[in-house]
Amino acid sequence: MEWFKLPLTAQLELLNKGEVTSRSLTSYLLKRIEEKDPQIKAFITVTAEEALRAAEEADKSRGQKDHRPLLGLPLAIKDNICVRGAPTTCASKMLAQFKPPFDATVIKKLKEAGAIFLGKTNLDEFAMGSSTENSAFFPTRNPWDRERVPGGSSGGSAAAVAAGFCAGALGSDTGGSIRQPASFCGVVGLKPTYGRVSRYGLVAFASSLDQIGPITRTVKDAALLLRYIAGRDEKDSTSAPHEVPDYLSALKLNLKGAKIGIPKEYFGEGLDDEVRGKIQEALEIFKDMGLAVKEITLPHTPYAVAAYYLIAPAEASSNLARYDGVKYGLRVEGKDLIDMYKKTRSQGFGAEVKRRIMIGTYALSAGYYDAYYKKASQVRTLIARDFQEAFKEVDFIVGPVAPTPAFKLGERVDDPLKMYLSDIYTISVNLAGIVGLSLPCGFSKEGLPIGLQIMGPHFSEEKVLALGHQFEEILKLYEKYPEI
Amino acid sequence: MSITKEEVQHVAHLARLEFSEEELERFTEQLAQILSYVEKLNELDTSQVEPTYHALKLTNIFREDEVKESIPTEEALSNAPQRENGFFVVPKVIK
Repeated sequence: MEWFKLPLTAQLELLNKGEVTSRSLTSYLLKRIEEKDPQIKAFITVTAEEALRAAEEADKSRGQKDHRPLLGLPLAIKDNICVRGAPTTCASKMLAQFKPPFDATVIKKLKEAGAIFLGKTNLDEFAMGSSTENSAFFPTRNPWDRERVPGGSSGGSAAAVAAGFCAGALGSDTGGSIRQPASFCGVVGLKPTYGRVSRYGLVAFASSLDQIGPITRTVKDAALLLRYIAGRDEKDSTSAPHEVPDYLSALKLNLKGAKIGIPKEYFGEGLDDEVRGKIQEALEIFKDMGLAVKEITLPHTPYAVAAYYLIAPAEASSNLARYDGVKYGLRVEGKDLIDMYKKTRSQGFGAEVKRRIMIGTYALSAGYYDAYYKKASQVRTLIARDFQEAFKEVDFIVGPVAPTPAFKLGERVDDPLKMYLSDIYTISVNLAGIVGLSLPCGFSKEGLPIGLQIMGPHFSEEKVLALGHQFEEILKLYEKYPEI
Repeated sequence: MSITKEEVQHVAHLARLEFSEEELERFTEQLAQILSYVEKLNELDTSQVEPTYHALKLTNIFREDEVKESIPTEEALSNAPQRENGFFVVPKVIK
């Protein structure tokens, strides 16, 4: 049996029927990681011992009528989410030795649901980047073409799922960091509504934009995981009090007659022709499914990248002030306290992190605050309003996830602005705090996956997942695996 | 809008970073590029627009102020580069 080809929901069924033990499933996946990950480098840390121990416990308690919903299910976790006692490095030299003394709320909830963890996945340092090349340790490779990037920043999680090292992983998305790598790796990635999932224990990058979400092979699996990570958390005052619905049973929602808006700004210059073609094919499928498709406008789209690259760095510069060589993380001795701070931070952070701290500090500094940070936050209002207006007319907005399929390693590393522009279709969703789902809709001639993005209003996860699920069941692209 | 090397050095000090001459050159150039890109925002008249600092309209999230279990001191200090008698140790700040 090729266990690695099974989605989470299928693994669960077999576990529940007793056709496989969590121990054998886990050791199978660990062996696959050991054999194949040296080519992909999806994991920073593999917690094999802990995973096997947890799997054995899961098997034992299953025998004692433990019916927890994710019992014995192996997952991978992006390495900016705290798992108690396991290294949580954020792919930074700054946190290379950091072992959090607590679990993030999502980890606590997944543990309570019975899930087990195979390890921690690679990312762009502190989740800043779109290719996972900004990892201080090593780049991750795209399982579909190892000369290409897996996207980022959750590139390790997306590559791990695509390579069949696990069927589900967690990522985080501040400007597209779940959706863009999911698109590059041919898997599913969900950026839930801001506040839907607690951020407690997610190492903060830009607090008003960050959101944790699932990366899986199928939309159905994303619905499964979301159910168990979502919900209000006393430890995150920005988490939303809205009740958590059963996303799995919502997948059957009847969507006939629902309206899809196609923003004309998402199909302009810069969009690769093959991507454009696949999205257009997808629109025909939606029409065949009985949905109405109409063109809409999100007029402030051309300003999203500029607003984002002030707001996110501003928040980052303040969040990353905590890395001072005192409480945790790297310390480099200096001649006095200030010198110690400077040496620690200059040696602990990589180039992209420094660049963003610099932009953010500049945008927040005396005399520039109104011109940059406040201005960008006003433009953010205009971008959010575009969506509010659009959602008065349509139920969903559909477009590409990224302008191109996965690009080559090294291709954009030296051009930060070009790298930033690869987030052009994902950033607005974070600025507005709405739902964004990335799912495969085809392959390029070169065999690279192409992703489709479905956007919905705040707390529309049930409908967005339902549309994604009904679409994926037509193409069944989740049956395709890369040869590794 | 352009940015000078001196300004970059000043911002680096505010951010508690230091750069080599070569890094300083590169950062000055890259920051200038990025700042000139974000100039684009000035095409929009936002004089009547309220800024958005948060995507959801949640306000005043209160909770009971009660003592709860927290991480033991030893564990909280376990990642500190230098610690002594339950405290973080920092370089001397009073001369």
